[in-house]
Amino acid sequence: MRHLISIEDLKKSDIEYILDLSEKFLPVAEGKIVRKDLEGKLLANLFFEPSTRTRMSFEVAMKRLGGEVINMTAQEASSVAKGETLADTIKVVSKYADVIVLRHPLEGAARFASEHSEVPLINAGDGAGQHPTQTLLDLYTIRKESKLENLKIALMGDLKYSRTVHSLIKALALFKAKIFLISPPSLALPEEILENLDTCVEITSLDEVIGEIDVLYVTRIQKERFPDEEEYLKVAGSYKIDCEILKKAKDNLVVMHPLPRVDEIDVSVDKTPYAKYFQQAFYGVPVRMAILYELLRG
Amino acid sequence: MELAVSKIKFGTVIDHINAGKALLVLRILGIRPGSSERVLIAMNVPSKKMGKKDIVKVEGKYIGEEELNRIALISPNATINLIEDYEVSEKRRVKLPEVVEGILTCPNKNCITNSREPIKSKFHVKKEGNTVKVVCHYCGRKVDKLDKYVI
Repeated sequence: MRHLISIEDLKKSDIEYILDLSEKFLPVAEGKIVRKDLEGKLLANLFFEPSTRTRMSFEVAMKRLGGEVINMTAQEASSVAKGETLADTIKVVSKYADVIVLRHPLEGAARFASEHSEVPLINAGDGAGQHPTQTLLDLYTIRKESKLENLKIALMGDLKYSRTVHSLIKALALFKAKIFLISPPSLALPEEILENLDTCVEITSLDEVIGEIDVLYVTRIQKERFPDEEEYLKVAGSYKIDCEILKKAKDNLVVMHPLPRVDEIDVSVDKTPYAKYFQQAFYGVPVRMAILYELLRG
Repeated sequence: MELAVSKIKFGTVIDHINAGKALLVLRILGIRPGSSERVLIAMNVPSKKMGKKDIVKVEGKYIGEEELNRIALISPNATINLIEDYEVSEKRRVKLPEVVEGILTCPNKNCITNSREPIKSKFHVKKEGNTVKVVCHYCGRKVDKLDKYVI
């Protein structure tokens, strides 16, 4: 039984294989080609936490390949509210469906759930832990809109708590990317993420690197991480992307964001050719098609 | 030098335990209040090699290798003597296991192993220099200073 739990379970060649497969599914995701590879297959979305893009893009990916989807979104409406364990929920649902997509508030929930599942299980985010399909779609976006080899990328915003950033750094290290980290000191990347990474990582400011980077990956700075509103506004204001700062950027700079954004990227940037974050969200569909296809083809 | 604890007829002697860790060794071996084993403990006794050391003797029982190797988590230089008729029948060092289950608790409060799910903690063991570190199989949290997390 194969599952997708953590990006760290994948080798570089596995990642490249998924990205190549995603490319093949792109016209299907765009609705230009109709395929029925997953006809007769059923996906169960088990979301114990709210999600819009991840849940919907799994649903779109499955349906565009001819499969069907059942959803458990409202925790209150299920047995979970009555105290059923995750282990039991998974045992039951894995008898109903051919693949399970799980989002859960506890770290390690997906690996634990996979031990109780009779069908492939995909981790769609477990607490502050792993979210491998986000990492794969980020890598696909970078490869599609920029390049993965010899990449210079700046990661900006909350680097301490962002699971997206932690997983992405580990994956980018496989491709020997040069990584610049830009964050308020209180939200700096935890040291342990950098352990055993075979790549070049440098802490800097956006001003210093904006003219040389290929990709700028922006993440949300969350209000609840700060002791008071004033402190938050001060920090958030100094980590905001607008057209002014982008004047110094390379012409082919790609700006990414895992979304939802709050104020980190000014809406005026949306109209510039740099803005790829909505395209990035769309690329979740072909990437998740590739993952579903690979796990379900038997 | 006078023996700190008397000889045992047959059983398991765990020697060269880092000073002050004998009680943790008992916990790792599952010897708790109410356990029926006959146990002798010496703490902070002088040692040529270590300065001070602890010793645990469990009489009437050969403890399995896998169980004993868990001691390496908190005392990697501990030695094991199996005793038969007051003589050492086998002598060896503890060997760090690759994986340990159910003996450490994950310090990450948001880890699935700290929930009410039917789950045992599981850690992958790594040695970095002289320090033993473990990584939670489920949430990936790296842990050192393992003494604090013995269940």
